[in-house]
Amino acid sequence: MSESCCAPQRSEPAKCCSIEPASGASAHILRTDSRLTLANRLVHIKARLGINRSGHRVAPGLYALGEPGRESPVLVTANYTLSFDALRGSMEGGDAWLLVLDTKGVNVWCAAGKGTFGTNELCARIELTGLASVVDHRTLIVPQLGAVGVAAHAVARRTGFTVEYGPVRAADVKEYLRTGEAAADMRRVTFGLWDRLVLIPMEAKAAALPALGLALAMWALLGPAGAMAALAGVAAGTALFPIALPLLPGTQFAVQGAALGALSATPFSAVALTRGDWGEAAAYLLINAAAAAFLALNFTGSTTFTSPSAVKREIARYTRPMAVSFALGLGLAVVSGVMRWSGAVW
Amino acid sequence: MVTEALNTLRYDAAHCIGCGMCWTVCPHAVFAEGDGVASLARADACMECGACRMNCPSGAIEVESGVGCAAAMYAAALKGGDPRCGCETESCC
Repeated sequence: MSESCCAPQRSEPAKCCSIEPASGASAHILRTDSRLTLANRLVHIKARLGINRSGHRVAPGLYALGEPGRESPVLVTANYTLSFDALRGSMEGGDAWLLVLDTKGVNVWCAAGKGTFGTNELCARIELTGLASVVDHRTLIVPQLGAVGVAAHAVARRTGFTVEYGPVRAADVKEYLRTGEAAADMRRVTFGLWDRLVLIPMEAKAAALPALGLALAMWALLGPAGAMAALAGVAAGTALFPIALPLLPGTQFAVQGAALGALSATPFSAVALTRGDWGEAAAYLLINAAAAAFLALNFTGSTTFTSPSAVKREIARYTRPMAVSFALGLGLAVVSGVMRWSGAVW
Repeated sequence: MVTEALNTLRYDAAHCIGCGMCWTVCPHAVFAEGDGVASLARADACMECGACRMNCPSGAIEVESGVGCAAAMYAAALKGGDPRCGCETESCC
């Protein structure tokens, strides 16, 4: 997945051209529009599937969207294609300047957390693009989630530009520009079903290799049912968990994941019990609970509400139980498999 | 009984100048407009993103922000160093 980040920035159909800034000072301005083509949407799907993961970038710089003038708003965003496209796609029929920061192809919130969408890059980009010679006003509209990396007072001191925090979502930018303020719900981050669904491919991809190993081992020990049980456990952690998240009682990811994992094991355990194989039945429960708990705990980083403190607490509390459960389950699977192979009837 | 704080967010109203940046930038409405100063309305909802601290011009807010994913924390525990996002695969220019 470590594609070279120096790959040509080709995903954006920016027709490079130079617009003469009114004051005559030098400013290099790129052009874009609000139209999202089929090719753009295909790139979005690829990004969601993790194909060419770090390669979905647009060139950083100052873009003219529509026919912006000297009083048009300046909207700041990241150079991740999905961020850039979300913003320009939401601006249909509008005129604005888009100041695209170099976040190495990472979205606004994550990049702000790393500091690449930050005060230094913003100040440098203002300077590099000659923004002050392109617009007469001195206001930047920065996505609210960019505030994690940008200190508004520092930007004002260093560049003379006032940072105004716009709404969380690009879809609300037009409304924000119209009214000049963000309603309370535009300032809140959400985590709706669609937000969670689009994360599943990446979760599944990350878990694929260990899942395959586990499935093969379980097949060798307990036959096809063992492999299917293992895959059900992984699916419970990577897909069922994100889907069911708001419906799950409690707040602890590992516990919620373990419950779903155990649930995914029940049909397989039930079948094993009809054969009287208690070891196999328990193995499915223990392995799936542990695997799904671990995967659910890993999902914390993708949620929009989990604090590092909460994750640390869970890691401290549940790492050992997860490991013990998994090891015990595998042990029982081995015993059950060996018994079956040696012809013993349980 | 003193309940254990769920997160590292600390707010000192004595230093607050009431500029309103914290309740503007917080994505979980942890801060609200109070009586001339910010009020800590939903402290337990804090996800420690650090936006409020970053934009507080008077240093009234402290919070330890960082990467919130378990995978990064496990990796940091195994390899040493600070937790870093998995999204950061590049060994960049």
